[in-house]
Amino acid sequence: MSQAQEIAEEMARRSVRTRWWLSAPALAVVFLFAIAPLAVIVLYSFMAKGDYGDVKYWQFSLDGWFSVFFERGLFDDSIGIAQAHVSILWRSVKLALITTVVTLLIGFPTAYFIAIRPPSQRDFWLFLITIPFWTNLLIRTFAIQEVFRNEGVLNTVLMWSGLIREPLKIMFTDLGIFLGMAYVYLPLMVLPIYASLEKFDFRFAEAASDLYANNRNVLWRIIIPMTRPAIIAGCILVFIPALGAYVTPRLLGGGKNLMLGNLIELQFGQGRNWPLGAALSLTLTGVVMLALLVYVRAASKEGRSHG
Amino acid sequence: MFSALPAIEVRDVVKSFGDARALDGVSVRIKENEFFTLLGPSGCGKTTLLRLIAGFDYPTSGEICLHGKDIAGMPPFARPVNTVFQNYALFPHMTVAQNIGFGLEMQGKPRSEIAARVDQMLALVRMETLRSRRTSQLSGGQQQRVALARALAPQPRVLLLDEPLSALDYKLRKEMQGELKRLQTETGITFIFVTHDQEEALTMSDRIAVMSGGRILQVGNPRDIYDNPQERFVADFIGEVNFLAGQVIGIDGRTARVRLAAGGEVVAGLPEGATPVGRATVIVRPEHAELRGPTEQADLRGRLEQVVYFGTDTHLHVRLADQSEFVLRQQNSPRGTADLQPGAEVAIAFKPGAARVLKD
Repeated sequence: MSQAQEIAEEMARRSVRTRWWLSAPALAVVFLFAIAPLAVIVLYSFMAKGDYGDVKYWQFSLDGWFSVFFERGLFDDSIGIAQAHVSILWRSVKLALITTVVTLLIGFPTAYFIAIRPPSQRDFWLFLITIPFWTNLLIRTFAIQEVFRNEGVLNTVLMWSGLIREPLKIMFTDLGIFLGMAYVYLPLMVLPIYASLEKFDFRFAEAASDLYANNRNVLWRIIIPMTRPAIIAGCILVFIPALGAYVTPRLLGGGKNLMLGNLIELQFGQGRNWPLGAALSLTLTGVVMLALLVYVRAASKEGRSHG
Repeated sequence: MFSALPAIEVRDVVKSFGDARALDGVSVRIKENEFFTLLGPSGCGKTTLLRLIAGFDYPTSGEICLHGKDIAGMPPFARPVNTVFQNYALFPHMTVAQNIGFGLEMQGKPRSEIAARVDQMLALVRMETLRSRRTSQLSGGQQQRVALARALAPQPRVLLLDEPLSALDYKLRKEMQGELKRLQTETGITFIFVTHDQEEALTMSDRIAVMSGGRILQVGNPRDIYDNPQERFVADFIGEVNFLAGQVIGIDGRTARVRLAAGGEVVAGLPEGATPVGRATVIVRPEHAELRGPTEQADLRGRLEQVVYFGTDTHLHVRLADQSEFVLRQQNSPRGTADLQPGAEVAIAFKPGAARVLKD
């Protein structure tokens, strides 16, 4: 290394040491809006619950965490698994996974369709994809209710056409929640995959097809492996918010089909069990972290394979 | 395998993109084991023709036959034809060996056969040590070799090469030219090679088709194309040439007597299948003419305007009587051409057979 290079690097090191304060605003934002609230939640989850909500400050208790998975009998001190919580956690993971898989199955062909349009038409199709974002989520969810309810658009049309006699029960079922979530999160799947496919050099597909790969093999052996990072990103973008979804299951699932988001809300509202709510929030964070870990593993493997 | 049928026969192929005609009635027969080159400037339709043979596009009309069987409507994966792409298009998510084995894998060949064939191909292109590398870790020349090995591995009947050397620097290009010729001889596969580089075409090909404006103008071996160009475009595109305007004043078998606008008369060879009358253009290559003293017997006379030294040879620019310019190329010798000064009156003599009449 030349002397000039050494001097330049030393100066760069010095400027990093002396000018750390330039990053202070960013650090402050991260601390105020990410670390501090998380710290508060962690603290609350380890405190005793207050009688009318809130917590009893500085009264250490594991009850919040205990109640996440266990419950005490009503009349004695027997300890059992908190069936309701486990089934809600299971339903949340299940619905989030199904939503992810189905949005992927619909989203990939959609993104592919847009990517192979002539460039002048692509903006129009993307515009159609983003239209739902113009309206508030709550309003859209009410609109979905109008479509799905027993006397709604869908059932009216189906019964009028004679395809069904009884209205389909979609509202207030897991199917309703899933349909709502798939609708809401579909653009989050389409956009990253489209961004990747739009840059995809279709000469690779020609090369594969020249080497005796039929259309199915071109898709599975060339296009999907080469756009895998975008597919994983889309799955993460759908899975994480779907797991913590609140509005959609609340309005389409009614009161009985809760998801984690609703269960947490309940603890801070009617349940008046803030430590349990805090512990449930952290459990959700844990599941999300687990999903991200899988993503990082997959992404780093991809990184290595590209050398 | 010997077969009397041509490896590829293209019959009256037209390819239109909207209003534009990329190919305007192309017919050509490419023989078995031939190194055949499609030569022409960009936009002449050579790559379009290659893509039709590969199956990436389908002709608007016309037939493309492989050993007598019409393949024009077949998808690329059903044709025993492989392509080396201009940008190589190596799969970035696979190793060198996986790239080379891909075609065989898609053909459903057993694992052991694929492994053996990949080894054989790696040896053929001298890349044995790099088999487990990612293609992004390879140099341009190495990528080129992998692309060749990948296309040759499934033992295609015909190998298509789309300007495969244009991305390489000069020295590597020279080396790969020899390499390609060696591979073609060793494998005995028909090569169809697309290029805009006339030198590449002349040095490597068995036969050349010169293309322009979506048509094939002339097909022949390199010598034939260079020495007997039939049309102005072919003469001009390949090598350097002097055009002389003239008038046909007599025909004798395959030669014509032409009175030149610059003065004097020459005997010039006639193009195939054409007997021009009246106005005609005669061509002479710069190295097919010699400088003579002003008093000697000669074909043309003029005044020396410029002497340009090129190392191996010297270019002499002569202004003729009709104000047109004639360029001669003289090979340099150690004694040199000392007494040539611009402004001198000179005479030019054509070597036997140098002058030829063009069709148009």
